[in-house]
Amino acid sequence: MTSTMGDRLVDYDELLTRYEPVIGLETHVELGTASKMFCGCATTFGAEPNTQTCPVCLGMPGSLPVANAAAIEATIRIGLALGCRIANWSRFARKNYFYPDIPKGFQTSQYDEPLCTAGHLDVEVDGQTYRVEIERVHLEEDTGKNLHVGGATGRIHGADHSLIDFNRAGIPLVEIVTRPVPGAGAKAPEVARAYVTELREIVQALGASDVRMEQGSLRCDVNISLNPAGALEWGTRTETKNVNSLRSVERAVRFEMRRQAAVLDDGGRVRQETRHFHEDTGSTSSGRSKEEATDYRYFPEPDLVPLAPDADWIESLRVALPELPAARRVRLQQEWGISATEMTWLANAGALGLVEETVAAGAAPGDARKWWLGDLARRANDAGVELAELAVTPAQVAELVGLVNDGTINDGLARQVLDRVLAGEGDPAAVVEAQGLAVMGESDELVAAVEAAIAGAPDVIAKVKAGKVAALGALVGAVMKTTRGKADAPTVKRMLEERVLGS
Amino acid sequence: MTSTRTDLTSADVAELSRLLSTGEVSAVEVTRAHLDRIAAQDGRLGAYLHVEDDAAIAAATAVDEARAAGDELGPLAGVPVALKDLVVTEGVPTTSGSKILEGWLPPYSATIATRLAEAGTVLLGKTNMDEFAMGSSTENSAYQVTRNPWDTDRIPGGSSGGSSAAVAGDLAPWSIGTDTGGSIRQPAAVTGLVGHKPTYGSVSRYGLIAFSSSLDQAGPMARTVLDAAVMHEVIGGHDPRDSTSIDSPLAGLADAARSGAAGDLRGVRIGVVRELGGEGHTEGYEPGVLARTREAIEVLAGLGAEVTEVSCPSFDLALPAYYLIAPSEASSNLARYEGVRFGLRVGDDGSHDLDEVMALTREAGFGPEVKRRIILGTYALSSGYYEAYYGQAQKVRTLITRDFTSAFADVDVLVSPTTPTVAFPIGARVEDPIAMYAADLCTLPASLAGLPAISVPSGLSDGLPVGLQVMAPALADDRCYRVAAALEAAQDAARGHRLLDELPGRAAA
Repeated sequence: MTSTMGDRLVDYDELLTRYEPVIGLETHVELGTASKMFCGCATTFGAEPNTQTCPVCLGMPGSLPVANAAAIEATIRIGLALGCRIANWSRFARKNYFYPDIPKGFQTSQYDEPLCTAGHLDVEVDGQTYRVEIERVHLEEDTGKNLHVGGATGRIHGADHSLIDFNRAGIPLVEIVTRPVPGAGAKAPEVARAYVTELREIVQALGASDVRMEQGSLRCDVNISLNPAGALEWGTRTETKNVNSLRSVERAVRFEMRRQAAVLDDGGRVRQETRHFHEDTGSTSSGRSKEEATDYRYFPEPDLVPLAPDADWIESLRVALPELPAARRVRLQQEWGISATEMTWLANAGALGLVEETVAAGAAPGDARKWWLGDLARRANDAGVELAELAVTPAQVAELVGLVNDGTINDGLARQVLDRVLAGEGDPAAVVEAQGLAVMGESDELVAAVEAAIAGAPDVIAKVKAGKVAALGALVGAVMKTTRGKADAPTVKRMLEERVLGS
Repeated sequence: MTSTRTDLTSADVAELSRLLSTGEVSAVEVTRAHLDRIAAQDGRLGAYLHVEDDAAIAAATAVDEARAAGDELGPLAGVPVALKDLVVTEGVPTTSGSKILEGWLPPYSATIATRLAEAGTVLLGKTNMDEFAMGSSTENSAYQVTRNPWDTDRIPGGSSGGSSAAVAGDLAPWSIGTDTGGSIRQPAAVTGLVGHKPTYGSVSRYGLIAFSSSLDQAGPMARTVLDAAVMHEVIGGHDPRDSTSIDSPLAGLADAARSGAAGDLRGVRIGVVRELGGEGHTEGYEPGVLARTREAIEVLAGLGAEVTEVSCPSFDLALPAYYLIAPSEASSNLARYEGVRFGLRVGDDGSHDLDEVMALTREAGFGPEVKRRIILGTYALSSGYYEAYYGQAQKVRTLITRDFTSAFADVDVLVSPTTPTVAFPIGARVEDPIAMYAADLCTLPASLAGLPAISVPSGLSDGLPVGLQVMAPALADDRCYRVAAALEAAQDAARGHRLLDELPGRAAA
């Protein structure tokens, strides 16, 4: 193990003058099937440990797997959405290794006969399209989860003892492996992120998984290598695991590029190894070296029969695919009348679906975009969460927009309402009602506030009367303050003008 | 011990079923007779690893009460049965003959155990076996030696040697064995029993502790061909819990046995496999075994069967192919025994890390033959060796299947000796694994091709039983039963009693 503190890093722009990166991604998606891959156990996230287990997923002696047809179908649909060739003959294989979280002493996976091969996914970064070739999409089972108890880090080192939760063991897992992606240059981190974002959108559109990175239902391993600019041969790659957010994908690529550049600059050799990404520092550290890696002794799983998906059935799945994100973006871009760049922002912010739903709930596209990319994006960023994780629904945003548009509240009040909606105080209209946050009409209270402001600032009044009308702005601010933002600023301005200038 | 009880333990299942159905004996009487005999005799034979005792009496009592209450019971209600100790039974110790599973109480039951229980049979106990079914003499059991009732200085065959000794020694009327390369047929042959390995996929493997997944099959071990067929019908048929289970109805097996016993084999074409004890292939075969085989074939011909010799040249490759495929699969199947979730755990005293605890557990928990095969299989699957070993062995498997296919284009069944020798003395082959492996020479081809094969007694050689193997195409298990029943009926009639009645000290049923 090496300390992350010790890694020398080369300046990003500088390294690009000497090196070219090649990236590759292995993405694991936990399918959202009701039952596990090879048994009937439930797959609910967050259940009490070891309550969703049976002899099969615990690897009890004598138990046998039965493949989940829904998982096979979902894998093929993902393959079709990625333009893959679907195998007419495919087998599961055993990947043999010892670890306490794999109950059978092997993981049932696929090896040289995967369900889907040779697809691609086009992603766009800053107006340029990058084609990411998909090598394979295969189906396997997830492992259990180790919980290391005691010790500060939650890691095995320093722990008093370890517990294993087998609820996750046997949940169907689709692995999507790209071919190496050269040519992204400085954009490599963004291309990696855009790829995962796009993949996530596709899986979501297919309804195959909830793809929640924070819950581990989408996990990413990032391969990175650097080669001297113009070299024909690619460099030695590292595989960074534990990359569990879109932002982390980008950071991990960037960090590894900078670290590897330093190693190469020093005349060193990049070790082919597994590295772990650290969310807190944005750095990676060495895991086990691939050179001393296990021989997995793959062989065809004799407890399962080969899969031979029927061509007509595959065709019927292809025909029934939903509108995919790329096509959807083109359509929405036209419907909303926005530029391709704006559309990319929306997509990369993970806001597309949210905006679409907000529009569907009655908001104008421009308003919906303004809130999701403005205030809400800022709050998500401050909280370090994805937009979709904010405690506000598109319907609530649409309601908020409606309240602004009909004059019930202004933008300032709307932000206050939003705070309370996010705090779980209810829908916007209910919050406005409960907190009395509606814009004030020309009520007695407002008249009193306006008159108090005039009475309290004779010097300002004198200036205004002397022709410096702009000085009234200070009084508007004072009224807004006494009414705690509930007054409508233009109304206040008009009332002041009437009273001071008599017009 | 009363004479009635002696009769009950030496009766075949057809007879027990009749006695129970007519109320001439109760299920408790039958079970008690067996438990008493186990208590008296199993110290000598060592057939059982676990006896159910009170639980068996309780199950038998339930049958008697149901009968008394007028419930509609199946023909096997109250018939005792013994299970090889790799058949997983909920709450009943199941060790697969290994120390690594000592004390494990399974949380579920194998499909075949459930089917036997649903038929009303009473579980007497679990029988000894070679550890993880690896062996041909039951000497590889981690617990005890099992003796052949015909000569207690000799092996009862293996790996289902506890099951064969129990039935031949009148400690169970029938039993379940499992067969990966011959582990039902060879022990049946050397103890004078009928043992059938069903078509691969026709009997559920759910809940059978795996040795070699692509080869393992459970099947009946019984005193008569009819009993074997009846048990096969109980345990057979599709099971959605086993993906390799064949979803098609079983042929009428008991009917095939009855029709065979009628003695008419006209129109049946029998092929004698040259490579299994025929001309130029007799090395390692005892003359007495070859003589009984010839005589049995003559009996079948006398019943109207058309007998020809056929050649299956790839059968010579069966032994090496088997000893690559089975250990390869075993090396993976046995990876789950590492002390984390069940069974033995060694070294977990705070001074060893996880990898060490796993290694110490496996070091202490597995016997030498199991380790030998794990090492062999691990090697054969290793990167760089896979194609040369596992890959080649799979090709041999295809060649063997082709030999069968072309043979079955001309004949209905194939016959051979079941095993080249009679039961050998305990200890004779312990130091020579290759000699031990040769006991499966005749049974391996059908295993590798997934085909049904039965062993039926063909007589004695030097006072010890010899078996004839009858092999058939996939899902044509009925042919095995028909031809075997014909031989059994003709020989019983000729000698005036069953072969098993010649077992020294055994009272005629």
